[in-house]
Amino acid sequence: MTGFAAAAGALSVEAVGVSMRFGDVVALDDVSVRVEAGTMHALLGENGAGKSTFVKCLMGFHRMTAGQIVVGSREVDVRDPRAAHAHGLGMVYQHFTLVPSLSGAENMVISRERVPTVIDWQAERAALARFVDTMPFTAPLDVPVQRLAAGERQKLEILKQLYLGRRFLILDEPTSVLTPGEADELLGTLRDLTRSGRLTVLMITHKLREVSAFAHVVSVLRQGRHVGTGRVADLDHGSMAAMMIGEKTVRAGTERGNAVGSVGLRVQDLRTPDRTGRKEIVIDSLSVRSGEIVGIAGISGNGQTELMEVLTGQRRPQSGGIRIDGRSYVPSRAAVHATGVRCLPEEPLRNACASRMSLAENLAFRTFDRTVDGRRRFWLDRPALRSRARDLAARFRIHAASVEHPMASLSGGNVQRAVLARELTGTIRVLIVANPCFGLDFAAVAEVRSRILTVRNSGAAVLLISEDLDEILELADRILVMSEGRIVHETARACADAAVIGRHMAGRP
Amino acid sequence: MASMPDVDLWGVPLAMLGGAIRVSTPFLFVSLGECLTERAGRVNLGLEGTLVLGAMTGYGAAYETGSAWLGVGAAALAGTLFGAVHGVVCRLPRVNDIATGIALMLLGIGLAFFFGKPYIQPVAPDLPAIPFGWWSESPQVRTALNVNVLFLAGCALAVALAWMFRATRIGLTIRVVGDSSDAARAMGVRTHTVRLLATAAGGALAGVGGAYLSLYYPGSWNEGISSGQGLMAVALVIFARWNPVRCLGAALLFGGAGALGPALQSVGITQGYHLFYAAPYVLTLGLLVATSSPTRALAGAPGELSISR
Ligand SMILES: Nc1ncnc2c1ncn2[C@@H]1O[C@H](COP(=O)(O)OP(=O)(O)OP(=O)(O)O)[C@@H](O)[C@H]1O
Ligand SMILES: [Mg+2]
Repeated sequence: MTGFAAAAGALSVEAVGVSMRFGDVVALDDVSVRVEAGTMHALLGENGAGKSTFVKCLMGFHRMTAGQIVVGSREVDVRDPRAAHAHGLGMVYQHFTLVPSLSGAENMVISRERVPTVIDWQAERAALARFVDTMPFTAPLDVPVQRLAAGERQKLEILKQLYLGRRFLILDEPTSVLTPGEADELLGTLRDLTRSGRLTVLMITHKLREVSAFAHVVSVLRQGRHVGTGRVADLDHGSMAAMMIGEKTVRAGTERGNAVGSVGLRVQDLRTPDRTGRKEIVIDSLSVRSGEIVGIAGISGNGQTELMEVLTGQRRPQSGGIRIDGRSYVPSRAAVHATGVRCLPEEPLRNACASRMSLAENLAFRTFDRTVDGRRRFWLDRPALRSRARDLAARFRIHAASVEHPMASLSGGNVQRAVLARELTGTIRVLIVANPCFGLDFAAVAEVRSRILTVRNSGAAVLLISEDLDEILELADRILVMSEGRIVHETARACADAAVIGRHMAGRP
Repeated sequence: MASMPDVDLWGVPLAMLGGAIRVSTPFLFVSLGECLTERAGRVNLGLEGTLVLGAMTGYGAAYETGSAWLGVGAAALAGTLFGAVHGVVCRLPRVNDIATGIALMLLGIGLAFFFGKPYIQPVAPDLPAIPFGWWSESPQVRTALNVNVLFLAGCALAVALAWMFRATRIGLTIRVVGDSSDAARAMGVRTHTVRLLATAAGGALAGVGGAYLSLYYPGSWNEGISSGQGLMAVALVIFARWNPVRCLGAALLFGGAGALGPALQSVGITQGYHLFYAAPYVLTLGLLVATSSPTRALAGAPGELSISR
């Protein structure tokens, strides 16, 4: 079977009384949701509400503590993902997806139900090319996945699921790494497939706009409980939001002060090869003044990752360098401490955390070797470290079973909050953030953006690299566009035009 | 020197070529075994022990049965068992594969010494070699081109493994498991089983490498039979970037370096040749320093390997 064409039609899936416990953490409590065949069903909920856990139970990735799964009209036992696949269920996970060292083509072929003992690559390539031709979008198939940008990987992942002929497809925040245009195209395609009765889609998202534009039915989880299901046509954003957060209030936006100071961050004559080693990133001059947010817009894979890696010290540039407050800066722990540079890189679990160390330890990475008054210390003060972590977790609303749990057990949004909590405390001169709201629920998005504005107002230079143009337009004082490894466009906030910026992003000025 | 006979000038490279082929075979088998194991995401430092155990078992079995090939089979079997033990122990929670490997290395050597005592004196049959040098008059050429069947089998195996990793289901599955056990789990692959089998198969190859030592070159069983080939093979795999065909090249290189000392000695250089016996070790160290970099991770390292995590 070579996938797509062989799919026999959409499936309905029903979860009855699903509960999931991790040790003494109750992640899901008696959740019953029915997803009708041939619909696009959205699953909403705050960070840590249990959405990912719920769909992982459907897929047999977690063994649920209690409950049943009904596929079509039969109750089935999904022991493991393989069993789920055999029933036609497929999923794009939030964190781990493709095998990094395998190429796209290898990833797709090896995931098939039946892989021939000997693979005829010529024939497979041809078949893949034919398949991709029928799809509305494509992704590089011959490059190892680790060299692809997040957006390309996501597309490849969805291509893979369609190639495998899934009849019930679960997507965990599929559009967080796509541009709005790409997201609309993708979701539009998926909705057409559901309409034609070939596919059922269960999609986790934080973007209410996508829910109302593309989904037919929406279900909401709150703190591990199912709080309601309804037709999207009958609900507006307000009522969906109210179902998600209950009685809480969303933090109001922060005013923007305007006292722009001297240049805090300057990048000069920077040259570095990109991930593939074929193209070059060239940034002649980029400066951010204190009290200013400079936003870099661009489609993923145009050099933002590499720029960020240079700024965080993960990549040594071929030439050129960084200046902080006029002084040359080479990222190191000592230099970071002396200058007050803070970073939130993309994919924080991989780039800014030690995933097997505890939340408390991860929160202390900037401070564990200093006393309160800034002197170096030799012995760790574990109780202080824990109480500080509890304090930060409360202030930034990080939901975790305890601060002693490993970082990897936190939900996607909570990882993001934890890194923000670490980076946004202390004195900040320069803040460098990439996609800060990736995977956050709308309440958290408002909160994070207002915190970034607060940092700006307190006189820090803020560089915001984001694939979300709306975010840039909302936050940035000055907007740059990055395309093909270069800065191709600059405009002030006052005269920013989304259409012009979009054209530059697409490389068609 | 004018008085030196002509053939001696050719002697060193010829002896080195022959020596490289002879000495590299155990390197080749152990490194292919380690390559297979590491591609599945596990390190087996115990292959040195497996090598010595294989040498003893192979020699003993060949002596008892009178057939060198049955000896090779027995060595492979012993290697499989030893690899499987490593695989099973590593499955237990909170077990570190490096520590287990070192323990098994010592255990393997100990077992081989213990059970091998009675086989130090007797003479077992040798493995056959193919005389590719039949056309030549010169005895040096004939010795150099006397190639053991196992070496040829090892070359074929290296190519076969490379092909397996690229174009077979088993090969791709091993790579998936070695690179991301989360992705493998999401795919429904049973990672533990795949690792166990790969570790056992890797052990079998190391066992065959050991049989070569005792049944062909040097061709007898004694307690000093291995000079750390099993450990150097681990370094060799890293140098070869986990690529079986490059393992072949690296094994030949190490073999050539190992043959330098004996080659110099064979043409009558008597001073300082001892130093050249150290060549493989110096080469190991030099290559590892030269090929590692402080700025980037090892290219091609399987993601699940405990040395690269
Ligand atoms: N392996 C685990 N061990 C312990 N606790 C876990 C584990 N996985 C998830 N949890 C906990 O279960 C709860 C629900 O997590 P889940 O990942 O399902 O949230 P989510 O709704 O997907 O959130 P987000 O929008 O942030 O991705 C969280 O409190 C989380 O800490
Ligand atoms: Mg989630």
